[in-house]
Amino acid sequence: MNYYRQLLFIILCTISTVSFAQTFVPIFDLPQYQNRVLQKNDTLYVVNFWATWCKPCVEELPLFQTATIAYKDKPVKIILVSQDAKSRVFGVEQFLNMRKYTTECFLLSAGNPNIWIEKIEPKWSGTIPATILYKNGENVNFHEGDFADQKALEDFIHSKL
Amino acid sequence: MKKLVLSLLAIVSFTLFSMAQNGYKVGDNIKDFSLQNIDGKKVSLADYKDSKGFIITFTCNHCPYAMAYEDRILALNNKYAKAGYPVIAINPNDAIQYPEDNFEAMQVRAKEKKFNFPYLYDESQNIAKQFGAIKTPHVFIVQKVGDKFVVQYIGAIDDNWEKAADVKEKYAESAIDALLAGKPVATTSTKAIGCGIKWKK
Repeated sequence: MNYYRQLLFIILCTISTVSFAQTFVPIFDLPQYQNRVLQKNDTLYVVNFWATWCKPCVEELPLFQTATIAYKDKPVKIILVSQDAKSRVFGVEQFLNMRKYTTECFLLSAGNPNIWIEKIEPKWSGTIPATILYKNGENVNFHEGDFADQKALEDFIHSKL
Repeated sequence: MKKLVLSLLAIVSFTLFSMAQNGYKVGDNIKDFSLQNIDGKKVSLADYKDSKGFIITFTCNHCPYAMAYEDRILALNNKYAKAGYPVIAINPNDAIQYPEDNFEAMQVRAKEKKFNFPYLYDESQNIAKQFGAIKTPHVFIVQKVGDKFVVQYIGAIDDNWEKAADVKEKYAESAIDALLAGKPVATTSTKAIGCGIKWKK
């Protein structure tokens, strides 16, 4: 399904005469998630778990969009991980595109949450929003709940930058 | 003297802090409560003279996870109320921030879905705090032992919120089946994604 959607996306981009960035949201399983965030380089990965139905998550998305732009030239990569249902992936794309959010986003569908939540972050109860920092292939900081403001998010990012 | 007061204060604040942070754990005795049901009547655990325990479920109207589980909560009550484990649903959300979770909306939702169990309103949010409930749905399976109510399971109903048909592990059912058979519960706590309970500001 991902392959066809990617193909469709490329075709749509090619034939599109209007050139503006469209967010494509792939569906990842746990190994794909780990491949993306656990990288042996000096980039700090700021990974935010959210969902379109989660009010506090949606309210703090502008902070992540602002950070995406602010850290564009720095070794910082902001990534949104959607916890929407797989069947809602187009809705997630539409949601991000309508708001012109350009932050990288994928949907994590990793099976039994009782297993994958523990693997990703043992301290995490499973409520969203939640944000994890990864550096050099390691989970280096974790924050459960939303951020009060831009400075709170920046302070969190700078804790490991 | 000053030292003693300080250390006492430290102990008291630590106890309060850990209570507020953690709530009940598996094996703890829970305190009975009295909350208003959608029919206006108060419900307490002590009202259920013949039950062997309870499936206490923190849930709400607005959350997609909670909604995805409504039919499964109904099915749990249908299957286990007669066996001695009725469902008691509690909505702890702040109705100011989530008007769709207010008392009237609870009445409407319960009628629409034909809830056959109490749907209680934890307006003060004290019961959710007492339990240490943090999200919806969040299940606490409690066993009656003498005059005590002992927590035997905390967590998710099963392992797949998106598709009931794809469920492999029915955690809540396995816990009750074990209790009914007089066996220890194999998996006593599980994690799941859920909507965080909206606390009053």
